[in-house]
Amino acid sequence: MLATLIRLLGDFDRAEEAMSDAYAAALDVWPRDGLPDNARAWLVSTGRFKAIDRLRRSARFDAALAGLAEQIEASEPPAADVSEGVDGVEDDRLRLIFTCCHPALSPDARIALTLREVCGLETEQIARAFLTAPPTLAQRIVRAKGKIRDARIPYQVPDRAELPDRLDAVLHVVYLVFNEGYSASGGDALTRPDLSGEAIRLGRLLIELLPEPEALGLLALMLLHDARRAARTSPDGEIVLLDAQDRSLWDREQIAEGLGLVRRALLLRRHGRYSLQAAIAAVHAEALDSQSTDWPQIAGLYDVLFEIDPSPIVELNRAVAVAMRDGPQAGLDIVTAILERGDLTDYHFAHSAKADFCRRLGLKSEAIAAYRRALALTNQAPEHRFIERRLAELRGPDALVQ
Amino acid sequence: MQYLCLIYTDESADARMTREEGQAVMGEYFAFTEGIKKSGHYVGGNPLQPTKTASTVRVRQGKMSTTDGPFAETKEQLGGYYLIEAKDLNDAIQVASKIPAARSGSVEVRPIMKM
Repeated sequence: MLATLIRLLGDFDRAEEAMSDAYAAALDVWPRDGLPDNARAWLVSTGRFKAIDRLRRSARFDAALAGLAEQIEASEPPAADVSEGVDGVEDDRLRLIFTCCHPALSPDARIALTLREVCGLETEQIARAFLTAPPTLAQRIVRAKGKIRDARIPYQVPDRAELPDRLDAVLHVVYLVFNEGYSASGGDALTRPDLSGEAIRLGRLLIELLPEPEALGLLALMLLHDARRAARTSPDGEIVLLDAQDRSLWDREQIAEGLGLVRRALLLRRHGRYSLQAAIAAVHAEALDSQSTDWPQIAGLYDVLFEIDPSPIVELNRAVAVAMRDGPQAGLDIVTAILERGDLTDYHFAHSAKADFCRRLGLKSEAIAAYRRALALTNQAPEHRFIERRLAELRGPDALVQ
Repeated sequence: MQYLCLIYTDESADARMTREEGQAVMGEYFAFTEGIKKSGHYVGGNPLQPTKTASTVRVRQGKMSTTDGPFAETKEQLGGYYLIEAKDLNDAIQVASKIPAARSGSVEVRPIMKM
């Protein structure tokens, strides 16, 4: 309903005001006259009239608002609009997603605005999830809404020519929200299920409205990763790595859904980074344990992924797969090359990966140095404890020798 | 709604262009301008003389000072502009993306404030 009012009124704040006006009117009218046939339609059209009213009242002070009131009144016949049913409602949500994820907004603002306006999260919740002060986040949202209004960012689903680019921006926002939920960048817990849950909900909405291969791929990726949630931490909140996870704890139903989506995405033959990452997650999901995992296939998929997304992060993940296929020395060579180039030097996973390869190769002091570096770079408590444990194991009984 | 498209290019690279290259770029601009006149987007536009012709003026405590050159030294310089009429930002971005300099330099799109 908010999405529809935003489209009709062309302004977030005006729409929010209109919605609360409409609810207030309903409390007044419904007990007296009974429920209308279509409550949502009644609320939307009441909200719209209330907004026009408000504009007219303010128009006494500002002539421009009178024109706007007339424009809104003339622009959309509410009768036709409110009878458009469920499809119309969903279309409005899709328009809203594209507006909130518009590339003309700053990346931080896109995430905050999407969670606020599309998912309906409170500003405080979003601030907590992203470890930001609520006033900072509120400010970010206000600024973004101001830009939408002043630069006139439209409420529309982009046309075919623009779609790939714009969909990419939307998927990226969903992906970032999921990632923050899947591996929190700070705080006491490894995961934030509320955020991954929101991201998955957004992903479902997207494929319902726009079943593009990459949208399918992203949802598959999220479902397959999220299916492992229960196995990723021990009962006392410690990290359990993939090779040590109790795979009976994996959510089989979610995996089945994810596998089906990967197949659909790959059959469409226009795969991109999300479908490929989903395919990689699918190979893991199908394996009974780490040893029987099809590492050559995973390394091969990373090769393809690296071709379309030649980023150091992909290269790092590829190194892990290559190490499983060809041994830790092969992985160490790749990570060393990345770090020597000056890439990922502040990324704790790069140093943990290096440390792990060194550990497996028996290069004790190199492993300790790399774990120490990783330790200095992570802000998350379980991650800290995990690295400390590894360090303690390495120092072991001959700690005095170090 | 009106938007100003500010065109930024690397002046030194523009200066190194051969006569033929320069003419080819001019041709592209003529074609682009024709196109947005036909589509109804065009309101106005001009190329600017290079920054070596620029002066920056300030008045402080009633005293005027004039300095040589643009306000800030940057890698790309303001080289021209189009004032366009567009339905919304998406429409304006579409137009801006077809300005020839978008491929080598950059185009800043700014909504005009209504007074």
